[in-house]
Amino acid sequence: MPASKLILAVEGLTVSFDGFKAVDDLNLYVEENELRVVIGPNGAGKTTVLDLICGKTKATKGSVQFKDLELTKMSEHAIVRAGVGRKFQTPSIYENLSVFQNLELSFPTGRGVFGCLMFERTDDVVARVHEIATEISLQEELQLEAGLLSHGQKQWLEIGMLLMQDPELLMLDEPIAGMSARERELTADLLNRIGRDRSMIVIEHDMEFVRKIADKVTVLHQGKVLAEGSMDKVQADPRVIDVYLGH
Amino acid sequence: MRTIFRTATGGKQGMISLAILAAVLIVVFPLFFDIFRLNLIGKYLSYAFIAIGLVMLWGYGGILSLGQGVFFGLGGYCIAMFLKLEASDPITTKIQSTPGIPDFMDWNQITALPLLWQPFHSFTFSVFAMLAVPTLLAFIIGVAMFKRRVGGVYFAIITQAIALILSVLIIGQQGYTGGVNGITDLKTLHGWDIRTDNAKYILYFVNVALIILAILSCRWIISSKLGLLLLAMRDKEDRVRFSGYDVANFKIFVFCLAAMLSAIGGAMFTLQVGFMSPSFVGIVPSIEMVIFAAVGGRMSLEGAVYGTLLVNFGKTFFSESFPDLWLFLMAGLFIAVVLVFPNGLAGLVGTWINRRKSRTATRTTQAAPSDGWQRGANSNEPDLKTNHDSLPATKPQGI
Repeated sequence: MPASKLILAVEGLTVSFDGFKAVDDLNLYVEENELRVVIGPNGAGKTTVLDLICGKTKATKGSVQFKDLELTKMSEHAIVRAGVGRKFQTPSIYENLSVFQNLELSFPTGRGVFGCLMFERTDDVVARVHEIATEISLQEELQLEAGLLSHGQKQWLEIGMLLMQDPELLMLDEPIAGMSARERELTADLLNRIGRDRSMIVIEHDMEFVRKIADKVTVLHQGKVLAEGSMDKVQADPRVIDVYLGH
Repeated sequence: MRTIFRTATGGKQGMISLAILAAVLIVVFPLFFDIFRLNLIGKYLSYAFIAIGLVMLWGYGGILSLGQGVFFGLGGYCIAMFLKLEASDPITTKIQSTPGIPDFMDWNQITALPLLWQPFHSFTFSVFAMLAVPTLLAFIIGVAMFKRRVGGVYFAIITQAIALILSVLIIGQQGYTGGVNGITDLKTLHGWDIRTDNAKYILYFVNVALIILAILSCRWIISSKLGLLLLAMRDKEDRVRFSGYDVANFKIFVFCLAAMLSAIGGAMFTLQVGFMSPSFVGIVPSIEMVIFAAVGGRMSLEGAVYGTLLVNFGKTFFSESFPDLWLFLMAGLFIAVVLVFPNGLAGLVGTWINRRKSRTATRTTQAAPSDGWQRGANSNEPDLKTNHDSLPATKPQGI
């Protein structure tokens, strides 16, 4: 069997805030179409890793190679345009705009000032919005003000906004926080569905949920990789049990 | 479908309010006021350009600039320089030690026209400079600030500093700028005497036409994706950035737009009032301009015009009768706007219209249930607001 191609290679990544190394000489490799889950105790540097990959935080040292691009030298919008999508921990949507408008703004054309002025709501855009809305089960809510959605629906909307851009690498920070059991199930299905033709990095705490979606799990601790492998392997690792999973 | 969404922000309601404004400015004011008062209104309307710019910049863009006087002044000075050169021909200035240069230069022992002034012999260049110089300055400030992600209060303070710098610079360079008196005694534009009643009428109507054009252009921008994006940026800037947009560019654009509008206002001011001075550039006038927009409602283009007119009527009226009291009244007005009606006059009118509408809507939906669906399909946002407001409005009826 041929080895799968790498889509993301993080090597020697370090960031220090006033001497405190939030991420310390981290290596992380993600393959094409892989769904990687990153777990770890609070303050392990999970969110910081995503921030570093998407350019929100600048690395002190190390490299982030996405396909053949060096992301540490690129600006945030350029990283997004290269095909990296990022969902934030708290649902980050435009509360005052309708669900339709939220999705429309994420459509990946007309991203310059004049492109925006001349942007037309073509049939393509409308079709894509409806397609994504169906995917995230919000087709009935398209005209609703996004602020009126439930917490879980807001999470879906943000995932939908990322899907509009059709990114090759999708990074989700705690996508099921604040969701009901039923919503968690639907989200697991959604992630499994959209993960078929793209790579994903998901940060999550809910072990049952992680088991449902993860191809491979990385455990972070104090900014370093503590363990990596399948869910079963990681859960059996004594060091992981010690620092994270508990006794 | 496309056109419905495209016009959603302006729509029928937007057209009606613009038509009312146009009727007031074109028909009512000229009918009821003599040319002296009308010229005064024209002067106020030149400030309205700044307020319209602030609606775009502050209301939609969420960027508070306390230095719009800079751009108003620069626009005004560009036109004033042209008019001054025309008024300083060698024959009328023959008693000066150097005839043919502006009088204030002569008083300051300057013996030749400075290089900076040379191109302002050309009207085309002056108009171009009037538009380009303030926009370019805004562009430079914008790049320096927004690319470094300076925003909020820091940006407001920096714009204040720039307003102070420019006014001090103009006052200090008396020989080149006319100093604290500004550039005065402007007479003709290509031989056309701008001081006659006839010219004042024409300039008033040109001003009104430009105001309407400015509102239409801004409404077009608001109804494009850019307008939506500005609202999105105000709400969640990071989400916009991580949707692949370079946020700084949009801020620079809207800052340049507001600057250019202010500059047009400055030019119209110079033409109608006949002078330009540093008293329109500094910190205090720049803050006053923000109050115009706040009183009118910072999300309403027409509201900005009404707000400007109202505050200035008030200023003229009170400062004629109680000159000391006016500043306190102005401050009180600003506090009242912030505390009691944060969306300004336009917000008050909007609530009133929505309340009336929802009252009639509840009546008609009882008769014809399809009405609600139609309004929902046409535009989304106003409809939501109506639904919110209908709660308190319908309650008393129920009781």
